[in-house]
Amino acid sequence: MTQVPDSRHMTATTATRVLGTVALVAVVLMGLLGLVVSPADVVQGQAVRMLYLHVPSIWIAYGAFVLTSFSSALFLFRSRHRHDGGRHHDRLAGSAAEVGVVFAGVTLVTGMLWGRVTWGTYWQWDARLTTTVLLFVTYLGYLALRRLPADPVIRGRRAAVMALISFVNVPIVHFSVDWWRTLHQKASLSVGRRPEITGEMYWTLLYSTLAVTIVASWLIVHRYRVIRLEELRDEEALEALIASRLREDEAQA
Amino acid sequence: MSSVVDFHNVVAVAGGFPVLAGLDIEITKGEIVQLRGSNGAGKTSFLRVCAGLIPISDGDANVLGFDLRDDRRSPRRYIGLLGHDNHLYTDLWVREHMEFRAAATGAEAGDADAALRRLGVTDRLWSVPIERLSAGQRRRVSIASMLVGRPQLWLLDEPHAALDHEGRELLDEILLDAASSGATVVFASHERDLSTSIASRVVTLRGGRLSEDSGVA
Amino acid sequence: MLREALLVARKDLRVEWRSKVTIGHVAPLALLVLVVFAFAFDANAGLLEFGAGGLYWVAVLFGGTLLIQRAFDVETEDGNFDAFRMSAIGAPSLFLGKSLGVFIQVVFLELILGPGVVLLYNVRIDDWVLLLASALGGTLAFSVCGVLCGVMAAGLRVRATLLPLLLVPVLAPVLLAGSRAFETAFGLRAEAGWTWASLMFVIAAVHTAVGVRAFGFLLEEG
Repeated sequence: MTQVPDSRHMTATTATRVLGTVALVAVVLMGLLGLVVSPADVVQGQAVRMLYLHVPSIWIAYGAFVLTSFSSALFLFRSRHRHDGGRHHDRLAGSAAEVGVVFAGVTLVTGMLWGRVTWGTYWQWDARLTTTVLLFVTYLGYLALRRLPADPVIRGRRAAVMALISFVNVPIVHFSVDWWRTLHQKASLSVGRRPEITGEMYWTLLYSTLAVTIVASWLIVHRYRVIRLEELRDEEALEALIASRLREDEAQA
Repeated sequence: MSSVVDFHNVVAVAGGFPVLAGLDIEITKGEIVQLRGSNGAGKTSFLRVCAGLIPISDGDANVLGFDLRDDRRSPRRYIGLLGHDNHLYTDLWVREHMEFRAAATGAEAGDADAALRRLGVTDRLWSVPIERLSAGQRRRVSIASMLVGRPQLWLLDEPHAALDHEGRELLDEILLDAASSGATVVFASHERDLSTSIASRVVTLRGGRLSEDSGVA
Repeated sequence: MLREALLVARKDLRVEWRSKVTIGHVAPLALLVLVVFAFAFDANAGLLEFGAGGLYWVAVLFGGTLLIQRAFDVETEDGNFDAFRMSAIGAPSLFLGKSLGVFIQVVFLELILGPGVVLLYNVRIDDWVLLLASALGGTLAFSVCGVLCGVMAAGLRVRATLLPLLLVPVLAPVLLAGSRAFETAFGLRAEAGWTWASLMFVIAAVHTAVGVRAFGFLLEEG
């Protein structure tokens, strides 16, 4: 992921082209398995197919947020003596968060559609969905902080601290929402019976997780490179500015 | 070790702009240096780099014996910085503000009173909210807050602005006193006549670099 | 460190004492929010009593966010952060001092909102100890999280919109815990009040630890 693109102005390398192709094929296969090959559930019928996107998405969202937090911690505490000043960690944190937010969004949409089919309403204050929506907004805030026009170092630090705050908040949010829904469960709230996952469904779910992971990695690599190109563009502009300041100085001397 | 500021080929970037583009300068103890240069020449940035507020991205910079690449915080407690802003809590009364600043720099409340008197801010104004003061009076309070910290290096950005004639003379006197008692003074000012009266050296910046240096007088 | 923190807090409270923003603007506004909630629930006494705990914390969140905004505007309006960077006061002390200042102002706000909720929503208090403990825990958590997010938005052009966006998701568990704990204290729910109250103390402790460690990164420009 850290390798430099062949050409400075491209985001693809041979490796990521292969990865991209694999991702595409994996998604097509996932569609076939999920929509055609795997059977409908006895209880939930066709709606169960949403599972093959819903479950891998939440896994990717959590995984990406962990990556963001881990990279942010490295950026804050382990970048003093790196030659790039920790930019690598910062870029990785940012691209992972973007992908995480997208997949958290996918989780919410599929979760709500599933809720509509199984509970009859889009939203049921289910502990998992509530936690996900809070995380989704938390990381939207994180991305808002990253988009601010500021010195890259200052912006990176602010974002990294926010990532750490968000990270320590994940278990807090998770447990509090969980307690909320279990300690005070009312009669009306009997969550629809989860389908029993066996055989083909099990393998399809496992495979989908792999396919979505490949897609997410491919996205993160590309976002990382785009961020890097943006930084290169800014650096080149800066070097040109320094050069022009020197020339202006010589011309006037 | 009499060099207070020692810069070699210093490049500093702020807001994506190279505010210093290879600056060489050495300032020794007891000097009073006036910085000149047009808008955007790097005067303010030079002061802020000296104060450790802007990081350097290239070159060597030493301030009061601290290498700014390793440690930009330690020299600060020996430095007084007067920026464009006055660094005042405008809701507070003059005396309350000064007490806080004195305590924050580890000085006594009595030092705060003395500094205010030195700047000609009379007792009558001490219980007045800062927001009711005129621009010139605020500047005086701001300079007094700096005086309280007894800095070894004074960095002043357009300190004469907003001051009346009497105030400017008072400031010059204070800067001369500071220099004669061993402190070093660097101030940015457009106005040449005014400064030639006290500066021991005039340095002109252009495009983030040194353009003219009158040398040590 | 403690002495410096107290110095900062005393300064902030003195600024408040002179400007009277909390008592003059924020407290009346927060009370008004309690009245507006009654409009939203069509003055249904039962609903208001049942929701009193949650509405109280939403009003605290609303008023408290304004106080945090104000606490940092005071620092940025005349370049006072530069003065802090140049002073002997360390970042952890500044964090603790600002948090303490905000805490005391929010307590003051709650001393006005509390009776407001009791009178307007006709609430009966069953468990004073739980009520006070959860108010303390929630306010502590609110203050440290608020200062932590507040400094990130400080001085930015978009601070007024950014601060709530950063703060509310972080505070969501506090709002949840505060509401539930108050409901138990009001005798509307039987169980788990103390679980929720302790959760708020845990949140406060966790974010204090993060703030003490990380505030320096936020204060230092570059």
